[in-house]
Amino acid sequence: MDEIITLDYGSGGKKTARLIEQLLVPAFSNPALEALGDGAFVEGADKLAFSTDSFVVDPLFFPGGDIGKLSVCGTVNDLAVCGAEPKYLSLSFILEEGLKTEELRRIVASVRAQAEKAGVQIVTGDTKVVEKGRGDRIYINTAGIGFVRFPGLSPKKLRPGDAVIVSGTVGDHGTAVMLARSGMMQGDIRSDCAALNTLCARVLGTGAAVRVLRDPTRGGVATTLNEFVEGTELGIVLREEDVPIRPQVRSACAMLGLEPLYCANEGKVLAVVAAEDVQTVLDAMRGTDEGRDAAVIGTVSDAYPGRLVMETAFGGKRVLQKLTGAQLPRIC
Amino acid sequence: MPSDKALRDELLAKIRALDVGEVRLMEVCGTHTMSIAASGIRSMLPENVSLLSGPGCPVCVTPPQVIDAVLELSMEPGVILASYGDMLRVPGSRRGDSLLRRRALGAKVETVYSPVDAVELALREPEKQVVFLGVGFETTAPGTAAAVLTAQEKGAKNFSLFSMLKTVEPALRALIAQDGFNIDGFLCPGHVATILGERGFQYLPAEFGLPGVIAGFEPEDILLAVYLLLRQIAEGRPRIENAYPRAVSHDGNVLAQKMLSRCFEARADVWRGLGTIPASGLGLKAELSDFDAEKRFRVRYAEAEPPTACRCGEVITGRLRPEGCPLFGTVCTPEDPVGPCMVSSEGACAAAYKYRGVL
Repeated sequence: MDEIITLDYGSGGKKTARLIEQLLVPAFSNPALEALGDGAFVEGADKLAFSTDSFVVDPLFFPGGDIGKLSVCGTVNDLAVCGAEPKYLSLSFILEEGLKTEELRRIVASVRAQAEKAGVQIVTGDTKVVEKGRGDRIYINTAGIGFVRFPGLSPKKLRPGDAVIVSGTVGDHGTAVMLARSGMMQGDIRSDCAALNTLCARVLGTGAAVRVLRDPTRGGVATTLNEFVEGTELGIVLREEDVPIRPQVRSACAMLGLEPLYCANEGKVLAVVAAEDVQTVLDAMRGTDEGRDAAVIGTVSDAYPGRLVMETAFGGKRVLQKLTGAQLPRIC
Repeated sequence: MPSDKALRDELLAKIRALDVGEVRLMEVCGTHTMSIAASGIRSMLPENVSLLSGPGCPVCVTPPQVIDAVLELSMEPGVILASYGDMLRVPGSRRGDSLLRRRALGAKVETVYSPVDAVELALREPEKQVVFLGVGFETTAPGTAAAVLTAQEKGAKNFSLFSMLKTVEPALRALIAQDGFNIDGFLCPGHVATILGERGFQYLPAEFGLPGVIAGFEPEDILLAVYLLLRQIAEGRPRIENAYPRAVSHDGNVLAQKMLSRCFEARADVWRGLGTIPASGLGLKAELSDFDAEKRFRVRYAEAEPPTACRCGEVITGRLRPEGCPLFGTVCTPEDPVGPCMVSSEGACAAAYKYRGVL
């Protein structure tokens, strides 16, 4: 750990992992937390999944979403990819003095609309206000509880020959927010922010042999796929040509010096499934609004232990690492 | 990226068919470095052809004592530094000390996409001093010049330029003059060539008998340029060929060239790995010195730090592949870089690390 917290610790990459593993997990060590899934499994009347997430985004409103919608979808998705049915959410605000009430009203309306759509209830919450200059207008934390319907999903279940499926186009959210922040052009590039509980339930409901589901948010698809295989005897081979990326996102990323595979997604899920069930899972995904563009993008392999390797469209091969630090735009 | 596989295969077959022996080609543009690494071209070329990265990454050639001065400046009260993103992680002579760290300590550092954005920032923040960190070669220099002229026109007196701008030709000349120089041909930088034109590289064959091909940035462009270089070598007829005619003309962008000569004058500058090279930097002309951050803030440079185990200097002069540096990938990684080649996304070490092969 460095002596001060820099933005890199929030990037979702290696430094974030270090912060979690060296500073946070040791402090609260218990089996439910140490599994480090998107949500924790805890004992209760029934098998529950429990997750929390905090939301800081600039700008607060962006094409395709806003911080309110994001704060519902983020936690709902973390539960959904655990195989749980999201049920109850907490909602906590840290507001900076001077925030326009009208903006807060819009955000709350967005939270409500998204919660209704996702079928979850906001059952508890909290609000704090900090002095001007001590925050950035609004921070939101949500925690969520879901009932576990499909237990046992884990990257440990990967087998050579399994297929890697993404539920749609990659890099939309990160690119949309970056463009909105830069004030350059936006075109029709919109965040993919969406709740994925219906999609996940349909996929798991088919009975297909799904090994693991995860939503590739910060750090993007490349970082999440690395997490699946790091420290294991298996690797993943990704086929660049098969990764669905909107042409406008590809162009914007090229201009901004970003890489779509490392850009955040807020409405996509990565699934690793047994080869024989690929079509079943694709059909289930494509039957939902969020999964229309689902595609098989890679294969689990024992050829490259612990590595994510991409076959480039040009015919070469390269290793994709986890994101290191925040993505910074390039000079030219 | 969509790619033309038939074209690729044809070029690779032609490259294999040429009998040239061991050949070392150098690219002198960070975007080429990235494209070569990202597409996996090295893994496809025959073993007798090596591609080496030259001093083409503007961040990488900026020496630590200049970064130190920038870091000092960032802590001045009332100063906002406006910078391209690449500069934020570059360490000065103290490891881990960078603009990102200074920002976490309270320095005001804004990422901009265009130098003109920095002028607009200055107009929005009249109480602050906005300093644009001008980094780059002939490609970014005209835009930087435009920003200074815009500041002058709009009366943004609180705007200034910290110029680290450099020109390619003196560096290539210095590189060629080094002991042990053993490069057989250059992939000439396409972006720089859009400004300078084909004629901007004629000195390579005319004075040094070296082949040069101006290359675009798609993997096919680079493969084509490699083939043309090898063909020149096989024929023993060095010249400048333009493999990027869709962007590069014979005379280049004359308007941009005029803009450069209107705003800047050549001055001696220090390059990491190459030392001080006469007339290789671009400083603001006397009549624009009001906008010169080095003058406005009386910037002083420390003597160069004693060299560390970091071998960036050898890497960017093509004498060492990044993997040959003892720090590569162990002590020096993109998240905790020792030298700038590991920081900048265009740096040879970062490209080698990011795309490093198991293959």
